[in-house]
Amino acid sequence: MKAFRGLLLAAATLLSGCQTVLMSPSGDLALQQRNLIITSTLLMLLIIVPVIVLTLVFAWHFRASNKKAAYDPEWDHSTVLELLIWSAPLLIIIALGAVTWVSTHKLDPYRPLDRLSAGHPVPADAKPLTVNVVALDWKWLFIYPEQGIATVNELAAPVDRPIRFQITATSVMNSFFIPALAGQIYAMPGMQTTLQAVINQPGDFQGFSANYSGQGFSGMHFVFHGMHEDAFKQWVAQAKASGGDLSREAYVKLALPSENDPVRYYATVEPGLYQAILTHCVQPDSPSCMTQMKAPGDDNAGAMHSGNAAAGMADMRAARPSSD
Amino acid sequence: MLAHPDLTKLIFGRLTLDALPLHVPIVLGTFAVVALGGLVLLGAITYFKLWGYLWREWFTSIDHKKIGIMYMILGFVMLLRGFADAIMMRAQQAISFGDNAGYLPPEHYDQIFTAHGVIMIFFVAMPMVTGMMNFVMPLQIGARDVAFPFLNNFSFWMTVAGAMLVMASLFIGEFARTGWLAYPPLSDIASSPDAGVDYYIWALQIAGVGTLLSGINLLVTIVKMRAPGMTLMKMPVFTWTALCTNVLIVAAFPVLTAVLALLALDRYAGTNFFTTELGGNAMMYVNLIWIWGHPEVYILVLPVFGIFSEVTATFSRKPLFGYTSMVYATVVITVLSYLVWLHHFFTMGSGASVNSFFGITTMIISIPTGAKIFNWLFTMYRGRVEFEVPMMWTVAFMVTFVIGGMTGVLLAVPPADFSLHNSLFLIAHFHNVIIGGVLFGLFAGITYWFPKAFGFKLDPFWGKCAFWFWVVGFYFAFMPLYLLGLMGVTRRLSHFTDPALQIWFQLAAFGALLILLGIACMIIQFAVSIRRREALRDVTGDPWNGRTLEWSTSSPPPKYNFAFTPLVHDHDAWWMMKKYHYRRPLDGFVPIHMPMNTGAGIILAGLSFVFGFAMIWYMWPLAIVSFAGILVVAIAHTFNYHRDYYLSADEVRRVEASRTELLASHV
Repeated sequence: MKAFRGLLLAAATLLSGCQTVLMSPSGDLALQQRNLIITSTLLMLLIIVPVIVLTLVFAWHFRASNKKAAYDPEWDHSTVLELLIWSAPLLIIIALGAVTWVSTHKLDPYRPLDRLSAGHPVPADAKPLTVNVVALDWKWLFIYPEQGIATVNELAAPVDRPIRFQITATSVMNSFFIPALAGQIYAMPGMQTTLQAVINQPGDFQGFSANYSGQGFSGMHFVFHGMHEDAFKQWVAQAKASGGDLSREAYVKLALPSENDPVRYYATVEPGLYQAILTHCVQPDSPSCMTQMKAPGDDNAGAMHSGNAAAGMADMRAARPSSD
Repeated sequence: MLAHPDLTKLIFGRLTLDALPLHVPIVLGTFAVVALGGLVLLGAITYFKLWGYLWREWFTSIDHKKIGIMYMILGFVMLLRGFADAIMMRAQQAISFGDNAGYLPPEHYDQIFTAHGVIMIFFVAMPMVTGMMNFVMPLQIGARDVAFPFLNNFSFWMTVAGAMLVMASLFIGEFARTGWLAYPPLSDIASSPDAGVDYYIWALQIAGVGTLLSGINLLVTIVKMRAPGMTLMKMPVFTWTALCTNVLIVAAFPVLTAVLALLALDRYAGTNFFTTELGGNAMMYVNLIWIWGHPEVYILVLPVFGIFSEVTATFSRKPLFGYTSMVYATVVITVLSYLVWLHHFFTMGSGASVNSFFGITTMIISIPTGAKIFNWLFTMYRGRVEFEVPMMWTVAFMVTFVIGGMTGVLLAVPPADFSLHNSLFLIAHFHNVIIGGVLFGLFAGITYWFPKAFGFKLDPFWGKCAFWFWVVGFYFAFMPLYLLGLMGVTRRLSHFTDPALQIWFQLAAFGALLILLGIACMIIQFAVSIRRREALRDVTGDPWNGRTLEWSTSSPPPKYNFAFTPLVHDHDAWWMMKKYHYRRPLDGFVPIHMPMNTGAGIILAGLSFVFGFAMIWYMWPLAIVSFAGILVVAIAHTFNYHRDYYLSADEVRRVEASRTELLASHV
């Protein structure tokens, strides 16, 4: 059967898949996701392999020309068999369902990390590195509130320190994805999503948008540097030394659509810029600025006033204390 | 015209000469070829004086069999277009590395992948599945036609009108560059101001009218027009799956209509349902479109499960194993298909409990689906399996589909999906189930029922060639994509930087070439079969030793399908009739009440095409006139009282007598 040859091809494909970024990641979250992919696949192979083998065996053995094979032209029902064919997949799905429920909660991108890697819990005094991520047309802006710097199309973080990405977009939807670090999450205008992750090995990793966003989408990638603490400090210092200022005016210019943008550094960032981007209030008189909005006759819409819109409608999980 | 710019604008809206691709050689070349081919075809039809024949016997026909065949032809023609898009994408991705930007700039590439998705789902898979149900189902339940024959003709032509709009976008203006589901904000007027998304909206809205009406039609047909004795649990499995599919169509397509109407309002009237301003929320669109979109997957695959059930039972020379559990599995899938839509966007940031809920409901669907696979497996068990071409497709399906099912369940595990979402792994998965499931099934069905439709079998040699090229080509084209997905390569990229990936894309392109050969073999197969039709002739009406009622009538069936409505005592009704030595009635015929052909369907669809085109280009006067035209023709049609006639008993006797003669001459 050529189908069998196809299977061999599939097996070869899977084997060479072992060295791929998803199968040998460098961040703990991605590693746990990798383990989950392997566990689930093995669980399912328990039933898939017998089915494929039985299909080929039955098709061959009961071929019309094989007159030695049993032929039972009326046989179309067997209670025992039917119980079996419903319960076998059911059992696997019960196991997989349990795995899914637990892992989805444990690996929720919003959940603060409880370990840096297997056997290394997060130290009690560890403060996550916050990075504000903005998907622009068609480049990535990273703002580091703690360090006071910003970069375009380059991201760096110290190894073994929790990172908290707060992610939004300006005009269309993108998806923030560094396969070696952790799974992706959508970047959506006027809304904020969160990703908590950690990188365990130094190195340069590919990051990109994983959701098609228009003309310049193919060039919307960046390098993520996992660095030791000292190197990271140097990187920050270098950005401070070489970069310009990311004022509102500079941001408005930056936000204009452009493709295949070079890496840029900003030594300073205007305070409140990320919040303003999130709420569409970079130009405060813009009609779409969310802090301008107020439900008629409703003075309790306070959450939408002040600079706190993200806690109101913009954050997708405002009700969850862990998210912000 | 130039002297009156305002008048020009009023009449032509935003359509200008710039919208014609006069400066894009590829499109111009395509246009030249299509135009030339079209002219040759039209010339040939005129030369052979076929217009009258086509109009009387096909275009205005309300015979479910002819409409079914026309649906299949539409699907096949659009398959060629959709595949041309596919091979262009494969070629681009195989060469576009590093300094080489490939031969398609992003604005062109982005239209191609959007058109590929839209065409393959809406204008290949849907028409073929609908055509299959249209042709086979009434014959299987012993009916003379569908419940609303005119509506059937109208539905078909509306689907054609939608397809024509998509084709028009190739040469006039452009198609959407948004991906096949046109997510806002990218599809909003601010990000996509040109006509592409409007082509998308109106093509789908017009075709959607056809799909919905056809769904209602076939649903009523199954509920009301089954032969006496055919209770629900005695229906053939294909009819069962058709029933469930049409329930899904009736429940799901209005959601698509509504969500596209809202998007149209955002674009035309400045509302803010899905914009990022003034409280609009694009997430709502994504939810709504997938509330349609997931059931859509089952709309496509359920009838195909039905086809496999018929084929496996026939060629294993055994009744289907576990008929009852097969029926319940189908019903369970129908219900569950509405509870899983969120798995298409786990990465949007819903809570872990919501994500796990939808992940687990998705996995639960694999239980009835797994049961079905086992049912086919045990149908072969202790059978006498004959490897005719339809059965070969079935075995290839069983092996291929379980792989696709497994990767699908893997994608349903939310944390795994965070890594695999939108990657080429996902692309490989859904092509694995849509090609390995839906297309393989349709090809099995086409080969299986072709002799019923035309009176001769398809040539098996070229059928086997097509089979091997398709199956091997599929594995070459999509297994590398699974791997690329694990390498973290995302979909819809028109350019790559990492040269290590190139070899896998080249392999995939090679696979696409094999599939091209498979399609070529199919075309040759049709041509060879028509030339050799006398040798391949089916005079019995039952070329495969079938089990269900469609094989009890002649091939092709007479206009009225059955001279007498059959009585049904069991599923596999024809098998039972053969077993108990059923004798065809040779006398006692009565006049048969038949519906009459009408041109209203094609006229209404033509006007709808004009209306859609006018709306796309903001030609308001034309839009108003064509819409008024639709209303006038529709109302006028209600005054058409020449809707039916009686086929005389003599005529029925004549037709049946000639069949008796034919059967006697080939004993």
